[in-house]
Amino acid sequence: MKLLTLNFLTCAIKTCKTSPASFPLHPRDAELEIIESEINLPFLRNILPRLMWEEIRVIASELGLPSLPTTPPTREDLVEGASQAQATEQAEGEAVAEVEEVPSQTAKDLHRILLETGIKEGKLVCGNCAHEYKVMEGVANFLLPGHLV
Amino acid sequence: MSRPEDILPPDLFYNDLESRKYTTSSRIQKIQSSMTHRALSLLSLTSPSLILDIGCGSGLSGEILSQTPDQGTPGGPHIWMGFDISSSMLGVALEKEVEGDLFLADAGQGVPFRAGTFDAAISISAIQWLCNAETSEESPVGRLSRFFGGLYASLRRGGRAVCQFYPKNDEQKKMVSQAAVKAGFGAGLLEDDPGTKNAKTYLVLTVGGGEVDGDITGVVRGMDGVDVMDGRRKGQQRKRGEEVKGSRGWILKKKEQMEKKGRVVKATSKYTGRKRRIQF
Ligand SMILES: C[S@@+](CC[C@H](N)C(=O)[O-])C[C@H]1O[C@@H](n2cnc3c(N)ncnc32)[C@H](O)[C@@H]1O
Ligand SMILES: [Zn+2]
Repeated sequence: MKLLTLNFLTCAIKTCKTSPASFPLHPRDAELEIIESEINLPFLRNILPRLMWEEIRVIASELGLPSLPTTPPTREDLVEGASQAQATEQAEGEAVAEVEEVPSQTAKDLHRILLETGIKEGKLVCGNCAHEYKVMEGVANFLLPGHLV
Repeated sequence: MSRPEDILPPDLFYNDLESRKYTTSSRIQKIQSSMTHRALSLLSLTSPSLILDIGCGSGLSGEILSQTPDQGTPGGPHIWMGFDISSSMLGVALEKEVEGDLFLADAGQGVPFRAGTFDAAISISAIQWLCNAETSEESPVGRLSRFFGGLYASLRRGGRAVCQFYPKNDEQKKMVSQAAVKAGFGAGLLEDDPGTKNAKTYLVLTVGGGEVDGDITGVVRGMDGVDVMDGRRKGQQRKRGEEVKGSRGWILKKKEQMEKKGRVVKATSKYTGRKRRIQF
């Protein structure tokens, strides 16, 4: 399970919905894995404002990963020499110019941590109710016993 | 023909054997793929997005979401997360090494993501299962309400969801749509090949955005190819085949016209017609 996903998952238990402590879920006894994938710059740009950066930093440190900068990167930080990336406009609103954007080191690092680093085995623990969600082969089990729904 | 959800609960019906049979059937692959493409066209995504797949099964839709526009996926490649109640189905998805993250979860228990997580959601041939409650403590209405409530919260403002499902009858169709509307969605039903044995029902849902009416008959205006079952809004609808000005389809058509006139036109690529965002 990608660390990206951990930045969006919350405890599924109804009574935890309103508690800020139910996010993020905390990995425990986690075995990590790296699964490489192609960098998706437009996706990173899209998701960036939706990330909760402080929580990513907390999780990274709980997992013993190198510490992340205190301030989140900006969209501008994601491309090399962003100033050249200017599209020109032609007749009838047609978007023509194509500038091949080069991902910066920041973008590559972000891709590595969010999309290539994942939890393979272990559990995710709610900071509010202490419920444990098991992760096996990268798949988290969110099925709840009936009385907790 | 008997309906699987009348026979067994989903996690038992989709056991190891059935999950494998389902996923390797070329007939099923073909149908699920065409419905996924139809749902994608209704989502109108123009750039790589974060998508939730409800009842993702073995990832037949997910594989399509991970593809590029050149391979036929508008706005792709998308990043997706999927959940399903059948561990056997997810097991097949793992074997295929799909790119999305997978969870074992019951849609009738809600959607465990923080508010505004997803750009879009898709569900193919799954939510009719929510109309069957397996135990006496649960009711279909309760399960549908937890599902749509959770889905609504997990989508960002302006986000969309498309759920293709197989309603047992008109009553069930209504029960599902009403649950979505109650959760806050703007909703519309689209039916392909109505009245035939290949009929396909799509529930098209939108979050916020002003132009959408709260009731089931108010379908999103300007959405390509949506025929509302209720005729009241027909006037505002785009004719089939007519392209939205500025959309990729519209640009491609214009390019073709220009080329026919002997004008030099830039080569079409995956960037053609993409929305350009403000550069900081
Ligand atoms: C016909 S299959 C479709 C799978 C996949 N969407 C596709 O198009 O290939 C229906 C799926 O819905 C899943 N399902 C049924 N009830 C569910 C529930 N309550 N929560 C999550 N998934 C469910 C089943 O386990 C099964 O994988
Ligand atoms: Zn909790």
